[in-house]
This record gives sequence, structure tokens and C-alpha cells, in this order.
Amino acid sequence: MSLKKVYDKQPESFEFTKDNLDLAKRILEKYPKGKEKSAVMPLLYLAQSQNNNWIPLAALKYIGNYLSMPYVNVYEIATFYSMYNLAPVGKYFLQICTTSPCLLRGANEIVKVCQSKISKDKDTISNNGLCSWTEVECLGACVNAPVMQVNNDYYEDLDKINTEKILNSFIEDKPLKPGSYRGRKNTAPEKKQNNNGANNA
Amino acid sequence: MLKEENKIFKNLYNNLGWTLEDSLKRDDWSNTKEIISKGREWIINEIKISELRGRGGAGFPTGVKWSFSPKKIGSRPHYLVINADESEPGTCKDRDIMRFEPQKLIEGCLISSFAVNAHTCYIYIRGEYYNEGKRLQKAIDEAYEKKLIGKNACNTGWDLDIHIHFGAGAYICGEETALLESLEGNKGQPRLKPPFPALVGLYGCPTIVNNVETIAVVPTILRKGGKWFSSIGRPKNTGTKIFCISGNVNTPCNVEEEMGISLKDLIEKHAGGVVGGWKNLQAVIPGGSSMPLIPQDMCETLKMDFDSLIAAKSGLGTAAVIVINKDQDIIKFMARIAKFYKHESCGQCTPCREGSGWMWRILERTAKGEATHKDIDLLSDVTKQIEGHTICAFGEGSAWPVQGLLRHFRKEIDKRCFSEPVIKKRRNVPYLVDQHLLEK
Repeated sequence: MSLKKVYDKQPESFEFTKDNLDLAKRILEKYPKGKEKSAVMPLLYLAQSQNNNWIPLAALKYIGNYLSMPYVNVYEIATFYSMYNLAPVGKYFLQICTTSPCLLRGANEIVKVCQSKISKDKDTISNNGLCSWTEVECLGACVNAPVMQVNNDYYEDLDKINTEKILNSFIEDKPLKPGSYRGRKNTAPEKKQNNNGANNA
Repeated sequence: MLKEENKIFKNLYNNLGWTLEDSLKRDDWSNTKEIISKGREWIINEIKISELRGRGGAGFPTGVKWSFSPKKIGSRPHYLVINADESEPGTCKDRDIMRFEPQKLIEGCLISSFAVNAHTCYIYIRGEYYNEGKRLQKAIDEAYEKKLIGKNACNTGWDLDIHIHFGAGAYICGEETALLESLEGNKGQPRLKPPFPALVGLYGCPTIVNNVETIAVVPTILRKGGKWFSSIGRPKNTGTKIFCISGNVNTPCNVEEEMGISLKDLIEKHAGGVVGGWKNLQAVIPGGSSMPLIPQDMCETLKMDFDSLIAAKSGLGTAAVIVINKDQDIIKFMARIAKFYKHESCGQCTPCREGSGWMWRILERTAKGEATHKDIDLLSDVTKQIEGHTICAFGEGSAWPVQGLLRHFRKEIDKRCFSEPVIKKRRNVPYLVDQHLLEK
């Protein structure tokens, strides 16, 4: 279970935009009648994308009303799952995988780069207000370790030098393309041997 | 080594294109109607002949699982749920299937849904795989357009709807009953079994939950015959499998190989060998972080399949090979795995919720050289307290790797645990319950 902090400055109210209401209707159609509760996870994502990548408490209440389920159940779900942000994050939200396979290939280096370039502590928005970073558990791209996820995109095969390049691009608000940063094709074996770091763990 | 013609996933690295048009060239959907017209019994029987075992980690025979589903639809509808919540550290095979071979999965969904009488299929994808999910949705839309799924799918007379549901970063939702809970809009906390999902699953209806890879190999098996599949590999451990080789190897990669391939071949031929040479190998985790590690001396002759790994007191799991060389600190590595389990425990059962934290703290102390010799026995005791005392297999998954460490690297740990007990040193430790004893 992850510890979650709820942001202390909450907006008064929250409502889905018209487009999102249409989307919500289409999401509800996926699930059988009487089982609308299933839509709570996709609706939370919808609220999160509408509100700059974080969910205010008012949105939880709104979704609770929308699906006629108790507020506390929505709150429970929003706090159980780690991908719902209950406090603001940067426009570029960097999630660095530090679980064992990435650790073996130097995820600690990536964390250090983030600390020096963005903010000393995780979950803190950088001075220019554009970036924030956090450590996450396995992102499921272990063959391309170390990996980082920025919003929805994966940046793979990182090392200290190219992470610095990528981070600079976010700080300047001109993001580089996601994908492998060693020029390899997806998860195919490379011709050239390439080891990131020596003793990382 | 697996022959090229026997490979099921020909587009594992996206050399051939992922769209429906490209997939049709690779024989996807070529005679789906014919396969389905042979009937339910034939399909399940053929899968039984192929001896296909679930690719999600537990290795349960797929044909047997399907036969648990009620033969006729009663008052409640049936569901097929695809488990694409791939979160086991080291594993990234389903991601490639969803990105590059989506039509294999969709066709598998149609055939398996028909076999278990389901008209609705949910694919539960982990939330991090947003782009992969979008790609799969595109592929599903293409299939709907060509009437391969939907009403009267593929002219077979069977109706099938496929929906994608995104998870939100909870490892435990890879456990099948936790996945169903999550799909119903609850916290992902596993249910007690029995009743098994095959009878009481999603919304209380009969549900079959299968891994992505299991479903994606089904069409090829039925096309080429169960006998063909069972001729690859070893008896009871048949067919091909995607191995993910990560960690300290020269060229980490995903590769499809036959079951029972030797670990050494896998690492040397496909992953470019261990960093620093084979002699520099310290240990291997053969099946994702939940499986106990195997030290170097046993790796020489190890065969990669379910039964031979169980004999080596480990398991094939998801076939995610994590290679650790001698440059790494094995205890620090294991402490990180323990931290993963502490973070991901759903908190339902006390032994796991509390025990995972205990294991992490003790290992962290050990890694720093601050543990005492008594801590080792304590650690071993904690793992035994967790194992077998929880609702789901997460308890075992978190305790086994630590037990593996204690079994194979006892000497290494002993070297680190020499410090005096904290009580004697009178140090102020914030988490020590007996702190008051020090403050006299």
C-alpha cells in the first residue's frame, strides 16, 4: 500500500466537461446494466486528465454521485491505486522505475539526475513549475532497463548522459521523442554490447 | 533451439508491422470459421492434447481450466477475462504481444470465448501500458470494422464484444480474483477460493481468467494441431514460450524459445552472455521476482521449464530471467525486491501486510551491515509466518525469494550480521518497540 497525501488546497467544485460527459456515457456502456460501479476506475482517469493530471476531492464526490456509490468507496479506490494523483504534479510527470531489474542497470543514476535537475525531493514540482518526478515500482519494460515513464510515454535504455538530455528537453518545454535511447528496435537483442554501469545494486 | 517455422510470434520485434493487413499475411484469421465450426468439445480437447499450461505464472493446464466452465449458459452470462496486468518485475512479454501481435490476441479471444460460452470479453491492462492499450484498441476497432468480432463474429454465428479496462498501478491486480474485484470497481483485494472464478467470478458469473500469452497462442495451436505444439519442448512442459532476459547481460532481449531450453543457452546465445563472462555470474532469478533465486553452480545444467525448475526449488513463473553478476550486492538487491513487496501488499491479510515490512527492514539492515546474528533467524521465521497464511499467493511470492536468499547465500549474510544487538548498544532507533527498556 502506498502512502498518499491529499492536497491541502482543494477546489470547491468539480464537473465533467460536455465532451467528457459524452465519454463517460460511452464508458458506462462497456459494463452490464446495474454494474455501473465498474466504471469508477476509467472515470477517475477521466477526471484526472481533465484536471491537469490530478484528482481533487470534489471530483471524487462528483463521481460518487454520478455512479450512485458512496463517496468513501470512491475515496478508497483513489487512495488504493497508485496511479491516481491526489495532489498536483508537473506538466511533465516523470516516473522512474527503481525496481530490481532497473536497479541492476543503474536506475539510481537516473534518480540522481532527477534530484539535481528537477527537485531534491520526489513529488515536488520543479522551480519553473513544469516537472515533477517520483519513484515507482516495476513499469514492465525490464528488457529496456532502466526505464522512465513521462505522462503516458516510456523512455527506454537510459543512462546518465541521455537522461540529462531528456530532462533538459522537459525543462525547456520541448519534449524529446519517447522510445529507446540506444537506437535499438523495441525488445530485439542489440548487435553491440552495452552495459549500463558496473556495480549498481 | 527453436526452428524459425515453429515460432508463433513472428512479429515480436515489429519487423513485419502490426496492423490487421500485416497480420493477415501472417495467417491470422485465416480459417477461424473452420476452427469454430468444429465445436467446443474439439477445441477444448485439442488444447488438452497440446498440454498448454497457463503462461501467467502458475502453469495451470489451460484445457482443464476451460473444461471447468459450465457446459451450457444458465441464468447468468459467462465472461472471459484476459489478464494483461503484467507487473511482475522482469516480465515484459505481454507488452510486446499487445503492441505487435494484437490480432493473435483478438483471434484467441474469439476462439476462447466460444470455447467457454462467453459473449463478453474484458481485457484488463495495467494502467502504465497506456500506449499499448491504445494500440490494442485500434486493433480491436479494425477487427470490428472487418466484422471479425462483434455480432456474428467472423460469420461463425457467435457474438463477441471485447472491452479494454485499465488498471491503475496495483501489482496485486495480476492475481485473478483481485483482478475481478478491480474490474467490478472495488479495491483490488483477492477473494477466498473456492468458489473458483470458473463458477463464481466476475459479477458472480462463471468467468475464465487467462494470461495474454496463453490466449494469443491458442489460434496457432488449433491451426497447426495440438500434436504439433506438444512435440516441442518436453512432456508436460510443451510448446514455445517468450523469455524476457534482463539484468546484467550484454544484450537484454525478449525471445521466443522452446520450453526446456537450457538456461546457459538462453543467456549466451540470445542475451550475449553475462556481463564479465559466465564465471562472473552470481545468481539468476528464473521466473520473475517472486521465484527463489538460483546460484551460479546450479545454473550450468538448468533447464527452463515448469517441472525442472520446481525440482531446483524455484519456478518458471512468467519466464522472466533476471541475471545478477558478481559486481552486484545480492543482499541489497534482495532488499529492493522486499521493498517492492512491502509497497505492493494489498493490506488484506495481516501476515503479509506486516511481514513484508519486517522482511524489508531486516534485509535493509543486513545490507548496511547493521543487523545482528539473531536477525537472520528472525528473518527466516518471518518468511515462514507469511508463507501459507494468506488468502492469495502474494504471501508465498514475497517470502520465497527471501527464503531462496537464505538457502543459497547464507554465508554472505552471516558475514554482514556481526553487529551487537541494539539493546546492548543503547541506540535510539525510532521503530524499536522496546525503546522504553533503553531509557532507564
